Amino acid sequence: MYSDYNFAFLDEGSKREIRRASLKAVAIPGYQVPFGSRELPIGRGWGTGGIQLTLSLIGPDDVLKVIDQGSDESVNAVNIKKFIGLCTDVRTTANSREATLIQTRHRIPEIPLSDGQILVLQVPIPEPLRIVEPREEVTKKMHAEKDYAPIWLQLYESLVKYKKVTLASEYPCMVAGHYMMNPSPIPKFDNPKLHKADCLYLFGAGREKKIYAVPPHTEVVSLAFDDIPFEPEHFEGKKCRLCGSADTYLDEMFDALTGEKLYQCSDTSYCKEVRGACV
Amino acid sequence: MAYAAVSGGREAIEESIKLLEYYKSGTDKDIETEAVENKLSLLVDRVMSEAGLYAKTYAALALKQCEGAPEEAVFLLRAYRSTLARNYYTRPADTENMRIVRRISAAFKDISGGQILGATYDYTHRLIRFDIDREHPAALQRHMRELLAAQKPEKLAPCPRVSDELKKEGLIDNCSQSDEAPHDVTVHMTKFPATRSARLQTLSRADSGFISGLAYSALRGFGQVHPTVGELRCGYVELCVPYLFDENESICIGEILITEAECFNDAGDRDCLKLAVGYGAVFGRNENKAIAMAVIDRELDAGGRYPAQNEEFVLMHGDSLEMNGFISHLKLPHYVTFQSKLDAVRKSRGPKDV
Repeated sequence: MYSDYNFAFLDEGSKREIRRASLKAVAIPGYQVPFGSRELPIGRGWGTGGIQLTLSLIGPDDVLKVIDQGSDESVNAVNIKKFIGLCTDVRTTANSREATLIQTRHRIPEIPLSDGQILVLQVPIPEPLRIVEPREEVTKKMHAEKDYAPIWLQLYESLVKYKKVTLASEYPCMVAGHYMMNPSPIPKFDNPKLHKADCLYLFGAGREKKIYAVPPHTEVVSLAFDDIPFEPEHFEGKKCRLCGSADTYLDEMFDALTGEKLYQCSDTSYCKEVRGACV
Repeated sequence: MAYAAVSGGREAIEESIKLLEYYKSGTDKDIETEAVENKLSLLVDRVMSEAGLYAKTYAALALKQCEGAPEEAVFLLRAYRSTLARNYYTRPADTENMRIVRRISAAFKDISGGQILGATYDYTHRLIRFDIDREHPAALQRHMRELLAAQKPEKLAPCPRVSDELKKEGLIDNCSQSDEAPHDVTVHMTKFPATRSARLQTLSRADSGFISGLAYSALRGFGQVHPTVGELRCGYVELCVPYLFDENESICIGEILITEAECFNDAGDRDCLKLAVGYGAVFGRNENKAIAMAVIDRELDAGGRYPAQNEEFVLMHGDSLEMNGFISHLKLPHYVTFQSKLDAVRKSRGPKDV
């Protein structure tokens, strides 16, 4: 641990401020709470919102897991773990069940998380309305007035034009019947995991200076029309080449020699667990 | 199998850092931090200004650590700044009392207190001096010190602002003094419409290139076109903080070098014209940034349909740390979101292509 710096890098006053913003976020599910985002030694836009949440929450007894694109071993996950390790010395793990605090980018683990666990998601653009309105001043008002017509219109237009809803990841959802929320760039596949979960989901956007939350047991509904249901990505007839799972989010890859298309679980720790159980 | 995921990260990162250290080791000659601080002062000033941290030695250290990339040095200083608690806010510093080292006006030939050309590259010929490599630094410094010692110190006449005269004449609106506590952009998110203090802080910390380009766009026609530099001054300003045991007393904690600019534009005033002022102030000697800031300040007041006149556009996209952080994040893997995008594209192309 670097003794030149405070435990968990930030000064205690900053950590308290971030925790206060988090509490407010929990109290108003889906509402984006502004906070005085601090600069970190990690690139702004590389998960600093999530890292600030993690730093403000972490204590010596926590067990930390960091994933990026579902993988514990990807360079960004390793780098964030290394930084938090430098200033806290807490134990890290790849096991999603064992971790008390999980920081993630672009995925929610395949196994359901339990109470007592917090999933911290990194968010590049917290504003779900940004795709239809660039001005913060205007989107704030739209949320206050629950004026979400432009997003619905966009969904409708994509149906008319392409006969499909073409929004990909970052698929907006309604939280507790009021605020429209950007679930961060998780695939649509992961959206249902936000609904009435046992764990707490915290979302941190460092560059955009916003924190928001989905508290446990909160209703989270992905946008859909009555006659056109919400449709996540599907991988019918495909399964993981390593563990054989057919019900997980799969990464697509090519064998450079044969040109064959292959699939593999994006959640590497889940994939390992399944293989362990099979062997 | 030839597929190599960007994983197995720890070892890869360690080796990458090793290679970086190799690049940085460059030659057997060293760049001393003291030399960076004192001989690359304009670069140090720029980095301090964009970092919002006035710390010359740390800025020099940061530059040495990152092969001289300004945005990386800003990054290092900002990250370091996050570890420090803010204990004080200084009292408002009256720049009229600035210890001036340079002061010019493009609006009037004769200004009260006089014009002081000071040090500027404006009137140098930009020819590479090939003999600079053969300079003897110690002898050069000695020679310069001797020249300085031979000067007779003169007392500086008081330098009221050029705009004060025009305010007296009623050509510029006289704003009442505001003692409202400034909005601190380092600890609070800026809300829109932004307060003036939030605007000025954000502009002052903005990336020099961004703000210059933006001001240039306003000069070229995407804005109000060509303001006049009423006054540009550069000098040392004393900073004071409230005394802990007696709020009415202040303690001086040192002085900083800043560049300050005021630009004049004409503006409508019911049935006649008046002059409107744009204001800029930045750490160190950085005249173009101060002027650009003053241009943008005025454009934002005026409002309009061009980028330089749009508050959210200007204030949200000029931070060095934020722009470089987000652009560089594009190098991170986006396998999951791209897969999702592929899924959406394939689905829209109908069943035959799925």
